Amino acid sequence: MLKTLIFGFLFGIVGTVAAAYYVPVVDQYRESSVISVFPNGGNTESFHINIPTDRIMIGAPGQAEPLPPGLQWPADEQFEGVRVELFKVRNARETVIGVASRMVADSERIEDSVEWVLHFPARGTFYAAMPARSADGERRIGMLRAGTREFGPLQGEISERWVPNTGDDDVDAPDGRIELVTSFVGDFPDDVTESALTGSTL
Amino acid sequence: MIKYVVSLALGTVLGVLAAAALLYFNPLAARNPLSPLAVSNNTMLSLGYSGVPTDAIVYTNSGESRAQPHPERVRELWERPIRLTEILVTVLTDSRNKPAGIGIKFSSDSEKTRLINGEALVDSAWHIHLVERGSLFVEQTENYWNLLRNIVLPAYWGSARHWKGVWNGNVTVGPGALGTAAVTGGTGEFAGLESEAVEAVNASAYSVAQGPVAMERRLTIDITGNVELTTSDVAGH
Repeated sequence: MLKTLIFGFLFGIVGTVAAAYYVPVVDQYRESSVISVFPNGGNTESFHINIPTDRIMIGAPGQAEPLPPGLQWPADEQFEGVRVELFKVRNARETVIGVASRMVADSERIEDSVEWVLHFPARGTFYAAMPARSADGERRIGMLRAGTREFGPLQGEISERWVPNTGDDDVDAPDGRIELVTSFVGDFPDDVTESALTGSTL
Repeated sequence: MIKYVVSLALGTVLGVLAAAALLYFNPLAARNPLSPLAVSNNTMLSLGYSGVPTDAIVYTNSGESRAQPHPERVRELWERPIRLTEILVTVLTDSRNKPAGIGIKFSSDSEKTRLINGEALVDSAWHIHLVERGSLFVEQTENYWNLLRNIVLPAYWGSARHWKGVWNGNVTVGPGALGTAAVTGGTGEFAGLESEAVEAVNASAYSVAQGPVAMERRLTIDITGNVELTTSDVAGH
């Protein structure tokens, strides 16, 4: 009986340690990405935010109806020129896959800009800044400044566009959507480029 | 026959408890190492904020955590791909405790979490705007194992379901090789900045029912050679 007790004890230790090692504590759910590949390299991905349903917060001074209700934006005068918004972000299949912040600062000392941070828990985060003035009267185009995990080795640009909802008369239909389109390309190490060139001459 | 089954079950339970104790007292787990920025002569930007959700402008999560979203009617992150994520929007103060800017922190539980290594990891990203100065993006991996072990678990074990005391520690463990966060400057005087940061926690009360009750946090960012320091930046270092 003592041998059985000792066997059970060792089994308990080994089983617990093995479970702690092999069983993932965190399992982030990931939707498959909807990415199009350009023939000349790089890829593009489209995200959107339905307004007002996907808006979590509008942080700005003097709002008659703050979002969320009960929000208390800092009364300090210096925050008057800062506008912060939080959103849920959807992929091309209308599924929420991440969250985002959009920050606009109106300042005399700093050039006006619109900044986005998009955070996808299973993939990573990226940060992009774009000029406040639109490029063609319709969309703003900015550069990817930094990325984490999947977006870490990428570079490229992102565009922002407001698309009003004109086709749906349903009262519950969104007013429109903010469309974000990324066009990213990865950095290739020199040895990969050289081997590709060598291969093409054979 | 029954006595063998009973002794096997008893032995297994004791083994599981022994392994759990081994994990809890794991001598190989990181013991809150000294921040590399603390021994640096570089110039630092110090930004503080409250770690208590109700002190934030907005705090939201799945709604299933002990820390409840604030304000009460803020949209919750209940959709499956974002259910293990939380967002904090807060006023950041300088080292003299004066408001300096707005910070948005996205935090998601990391799939790299391995309790056997003493790792309860969170992938987080800061989007920071300092008024009249510019913007920053901070990427970090945080390890909350020491905080869980020293604060959260003792709160659960206590009869009052509450922890009180003093706990200071750094939570940043990456992605930098020295356990630092990666900083990218965006606009204004921070444009072009590539640097490091460390986030520290100073906790004094925790409740099982509410989460953090008294907790101050501080983000220290190395801004050497990129920006002109104000007196309040330097005072905190």
